[in-house]
Amino acid sequence: MDAILFSAADFHVLKPVILLCLFGCGILITDAFLIRNRADRWKNAIPALAAQVAVAASLVQHLGDVRSGGAFSGLNGSMQVDGFAVFFNWLFVLAASLAIVISARYMGAEGEHRGEFYALLLFAQAGMSVMAAGYDLVVLFIGLETMALSFYVLVGFLRDTRRSNEAALKYLILGAFSSGLLAYGFSILYGISGSTNLGEIAKAVAARSEGDLALFLALITCSVGLLFKIAAAPFHMWAPDVYEGAPTPVTAYVSVASKAASFALMLRIFLTAFESAAEAWMPLLGAIALVTMTIGNFAAVTQTNVKRMLAYSSIAHAGYILLGLVAGNETGLRGVAVYLLAYVFMNYGAFALVAALRREGEAAEDIDDFNGLYHRAPGYTILLAIFMLSLTGIPPLAGFYGKYFIFLAILREGYYLVAVFAAIYVAVSAFYYFRLIRACWLLEEGEQQKPAQLDMNFGTRAALVACALLTLLIGIYPQPFIDLAGESVLAALR
Amino acid sequence: MSIDSILFYLFAVIILGSAIMTITRRNVVHSAIWLIGALVGVAGLYLLQGAEFLAGVQIIVYIGGITVLFLFVIMLVPVREEALTHRFSSQKWIAVFCSVVVLVILMAFVVHGGGSLEFPTREAPLEPGSLTKNSEEVGYVLFSEYLLPFELASILLLVAIIGAVVMSKTRKSETES
Repeated sequence: MDAILFSAADFHVLKPVILLCLFGCGILITDAFLIRNRADRWKNAIPALAAQVAVAASLVQHLGDVRSGGAFSGLNGSMQVDGFAVFFNWLFVLAASLAIVISARYMGAEGEHRGEFYALLLFAQAGMSVMAAGYDLVVLFIGLETMALSFYVLVGFLRDTRRSNEAALKYLILGAFSSGLLAYGFSILYGISGSTNLGEIAKAVAARSEGDLALFLALITCSVGLLFKIAAAPFHMWAPDVYEGAPTPVTAYVSVASKAASFALMLRIFLTAFESAAEAWMPLLGAIALVTMTIGNFAAVTQTNVKRMLAYSSIAHAGYILLGLVAGNETGLRGVAVYLLAYVFMNYGAFALVAALRREGEAAEDIDDFNGLYHRAPGYTILLAIFMLSLTGIPPLAGFYGKYFIFLAILREGYYLVAVFAAIYVAVSAFYYFRLIRACWLLEEGEQQKPAQLDMNFGTRAALVACALLTLLIGIYPQPFIDLAGESVLAALR
Repeated sequence: MSIDSILFYLFAVIILGSAIMTITRRNVVHSAIWLIGALVGVAGLYLLQGAEFLAGVQIIVYIGGITVLFLFVIMLVPVREEALTHRFSSQKWIAVFCSVVVLVILMAFVVHGGGSLEFPTREAPLEPGSLTKNSEEVGYVLFSEYLLPFELASILLLVAIIGAVVMSKTRKSETES
């Protein structure tokens, strides 16, 4: 019983998570004791950003170790640091930094600016980090719950807003329900293999006979639980309400980081534990991906609220990303990684602009509020156009490459009909993205109400410009990003 | 009939009887109290299987924590008269449908017997008495093999506490501080 329970190697594996938790607790303490003045609340963003720098530093170490010595695991094999985990952790660092930067102004304007907000952002990121690197069912599940619980609170952070409360409650109830289903699936997996380690489970699953009932049950319950989390149809009902009701920086964070983390979990489970049962889940997920794209794209067309429109568009994007997993070949998985990376920048850019748009101190979120924006803020409108074109998937912008690889992958596997539908839906999506761009160039006719203005500060400006530049850079010079994504995928496939 | 079988049927009757009382009582407080009976019965079944740790957790968490929380919520939130009288009217047929589906599935398992889901069995059957240190084993495994989930759960609980404080703190108390 004198085995070393927590060695230096374990610490190295767990460093990003530990850093995030420590900084999160630190923010709670400094907010309570050092920040007395309400106007100084934005200073909480400083330690939160420092946490991102620290995590980034440890990720650089991890990446170096993975490149020189391959994947390594710690804590009895329950965490595994490989290219896959490092890549997703980079996504979370980017998403969290952008969320922190655009939050300061927005939460201040809403009168709900508190240190707990930043602490919860970091705790959510800790959960996601565990989800990306976890290699054990219990660890993965607790990481997922840590992320989800933080998000329930963040979504309901505007306590005086009815919509925010409603969104938080809906998210909590449906989230708990889906977690329950997932836990049920995990328990069957444990029953099959007698171990919570994904590698052991993969061996046990491979040894099962075809058409095995227990495996089928585990597959169905795990799929439903995970599809809830990535908001794929028909389990997407929570997404529009949650995205609309949440504070806009949180919406961006949920739509990008939570989705990326859930995809990381999904890829990890389907490509390790369920790998040998691929014939069973590929048609299932393929059908789900098609339904998701259909519902997401067509429902987005009818929306008048920009946040709801982006919510349905993010459902549609989840469908495209799922197709990459369905194709299952290297190109498809590379597409998933590139897609998620591009999605961080283009989606954050769009949400940052929505967060900055205000009319008489109120958040302005309708498409009509963008009317004539070009005549008031031409520069930002061009940025918005870049994000919308990238979300549509127009070359040479970042969004194009995600779609390109995924289309290539499904064509290579011979799913021609699926590719045709996916291509048609790109045209549908162009309709609603372009409608927002068109609104910006409209001239106001009768001035019934004061037009909405962009309320910028340095952080939002920096975030917007960074998002736009990276959207362009990935589009124009994609090679290094594709290589980075490919590296992570190879680790998952191995 | 062995003593084990007698105890099993005793607990089964307790569970089923309490569960039926739980869903048929008009008064919600009575329902919550009957629920305790059902949970105690389940704890008894665990004890019968030699899982004394699980039985203890069942009592501490479900009865000590969750049911008491139910009672608190019932007493703090005013229940409308309507909710007391027409409780099932709108969802009756959905509930009947779901119950029938679950019943069919469970009956299928009962008819098929133990082999309906092939779970691997232990190669060598356990020695009698090898499970006596149940709680000790759980404790050891929790702090060695499952140390990481254990620690992560503390972060999860911290998030839950912060969340509860954030959501329930009123504006007034915030301006005073």
